[in-house]
Amino acid sequence: MNGFSGFSFSRWIGILLKEFIQLKRDRLTFGMIIGIPIMQLMLFGFAINSDPKHLPTAVVMADPGPFARAYVAAMRNSDYFKIVGSVNEREANDLLERSKVQFVVTFPPGFNRDLVRGKPPVLLVEADATDPMATGGAISVLNHLGIDVFAQDMPGLNRPSAPPFELRVHRRYNPEGITAYNVVPGLLGVILTMTMVLMTGLAMTRERERGTFENLLATPATPVEVMTGKIVPYILIGLIQVTLVLLAARWVFNVPMYGNLLLLYGVVLLFICANLTLGITFSSIARNQLQAMQMTFFFFLPSMLLSGFMFPFRGMPEWAQVVGNVLPLTHFLVLVRGIMLKGNGVNMLWDQVWPILLFMGVVLALGLKTFRRTLD
Amino acid sequence: MDNAPLVIDVAGINKRFGDKHVVKDLALQVREGEIFGFLGPNGSGKTTSIRMLCGLLTPDSGRGTCLGLDVLTESAAIKRQVGYMTQRFSLWDDLTIAENLDFVARMFGMKDRSTVVDKALDDLGLSGRRKQLAGTLSGGWKQRLSLAACLLHHPKLLLLDEPTAGVDPKARRDFWEEIHHLSAAGITVLVSTHYMDEAERCHRLAYIAYGTLMASGTAVEVVTGQHLHTWEITGTGLQGMGEALRALPGVDLVASFGATLHVSGKDRDALEATLKSRLRDTPLKMTAVPPSLEDAFIYLMQGSQDQFQG
Ligand SMILES: Nc1ncnc2c1ncn2[C@@H]1O[C@H](COP(=O)(O)OP(=O)(O)OP(=O)(O)O)[C@@H](O)[C@H]1O
Ligand SMILES: [Mg+2]
Repeated sequence: MNGFSGFSFSRWIGILLKEFIQLKRDRLTFGMIIGIPIMQLMLFGFAINSDPKHLPTAVVMADPGPFARAYVAAMRNSDYFKIVGSVNEREANDLLERSKVQFVVTFPPGFNRDLVRGKPPVLLVEADATDPMATGGAISVLNHLGIDVFAQDMPGLNRPSAPPFELRVHRRYNPEGITAYNVVPGLLGVILTMTMVLMTGLAMTRERERGTFENLLATPATPVEVMTGKIVPYILIGLIQVTLVLLAARWVFNVPMYGNLLLLYGVVLLFICANLTLGITFSSIARNQLQAMQMTFFFFLPSMLLSGFMFPFRGMPEWAQVVGNVLPLTHFLVLVRGIMLKGNGVNMLWDQVWPILLFMGVVLALGLKTFRRTLD
Repeated sequence: MDNAPLVIDVAGINKRFGDKHVVKDLALQVREGEIFGFLGPNGSGKTTSIRMLCGLLTPDSGRGTCLGLDVLTESAAIKRQVGYMTQRFSLWDDLTIAENLDFVARMFGMKDRSTVVDKALDDLGLSGRRKQLAGTLSGGWKQRLSLAACLLHHPKLLLLDEPTAGVDPKARRDFWEEIHHLSAAGITVLVSTHYMDEAERCHRLAYIAYGTLMASGTAVEVVTGQHLHTWEITGTGLQGMGEALRALPGVDLVASFGATLHVSGKDRDALEATLKSRLRDTPLKMTAVPPSLEDAFIYLMQGSQDQFQG
């Protein structure tokens, strides 16, 4: 079956226009297109923004002194920490291990001496980073407290721009230390996976369910015209969603953008196409809209859980990494984080681009094979 | 018309869905310009047969041509010249009347689309409502719009699947006028229906039951082909008579038509003797009448049931 023979541009435009008109009139779908990104941004963004309060913290005071005491008092007053007590190193470790505390703050031996000598001592912070959302803000709070306490202790001096000690943070159990910066770019991929696969999945099964597919098949339209004609409107929708998320990332969540915006959109386009291909293929396999929906979720869940969006990828068991490597979202996350946060250029993308291309090629072949030119 | 070229000429067509044999060895011949009626009880395979003719379903076996093109291999070319009106309304509810027509015109690659669409709207008398969503039309209008849509590309063959189901008598009458006009203009029409009056308006008929073609020909041929003898029974006290007669010797078929009862059988003498003895002491009158098309169809339907249940 050669799907490309007799491709008619005019017919293709016709299918595309029809899809746009129907989309325009379908309030629910339209609402979903705007609603899903906003809802997810709110949910995740809210979690990022809401600074957790009263995080249980243990203090290991190997070298008590006036500064250390003032600092602990300031921590206690800050609302951010709840000091559960002074313990020794072994106890502290135990507390952290059993999730009794979120942080252990250690004033190592010689802290005061170094401070007085003007040689910045090390303030050691061990964080339970299994919940990175919780630890994200703590570091900056600790730095700020250092400046405040120092300024109070020495009222004569100018307010310093850095704390008088070196804050050394050990993120335990989650070495990648995912933070807000990581979540918003990840959200980009999650939203696109969700809506792109679902929308196109529904677009085709809807025709089948309403009986209009029979009419479409009775015309000379070819499978390629129908499939691609139905895809293009959703590419535009995907780009709108991406723009929404990026604007929110920039202006609401202050996520930096170190890389090239055009490059980012290029990568996004590739990812959108991969998902649309999958959606169209789902819809030519599914018998009705419900099945298409179920298939979408069957794909969405592992994408969400095994791609490195929810859990750090390197922390997952081997089998999960193997599955994760098949999913386009896994590679997309690396690409987007690379471009946005590390400023990666075009020459550093290929390692992630080819797995997405491969995925797309295989799925497209499957889709064209299963597309039913007849009602059989 | 008997020497007009064959527009549909298929034989030995079979279709199975899973282990359900839906169409069995179907053979059909339809001549150019003919109105060909396709009848049969629900689920007998009419829609399936029509879909195979226009390439929407692939027959499991069989051979034949439609408009001179091979039904198995040239369905793309067949689609271009066939107007297919589906049993269920299958235009897009969420497109307007004009948008639907325009879309169909585009799919068939028509030039000068806006003229074509405007003319179709004028002919329909829907110019003033061109911006109305197709889904909001009444049943009769949906059916007229569907017909207009499948006529847009000037097909040579029309396949109409129960086009008048659920349509009021006046609209049905208008619809059939239109079909006769089209036929006079040389368009071949294959139409499936459950209505007897519509069957009688067809030039030729085919009756299919449980996937098997039971009879075909003109209405008269189909009726005489059953070799039935029919008596019409009238009078007061008809209630219960039908049930009482059904099991008697010589009675093959009892059908009630309002205030009268049609009793038919193949064995003329046995039937007459039965009726005479049964009706002797009643005020009912019996008259020999020619069997109607409906008698023939009910007889065919019964026969096929016996055949497939037995
Ligand atoms: N796609 C399909 N898959 C499985 N079975 C089918 C399919 N299409 C039709 N059938 C079955 O084939 C049989 C014939 O169906 P068909 O629609 O051709 O009958 P019909 O003569 O058009 O009936 P009606 O008068 O009710 O429209 C039915 O038993 C139906 O259930
Ligand atoms: Mg039918």
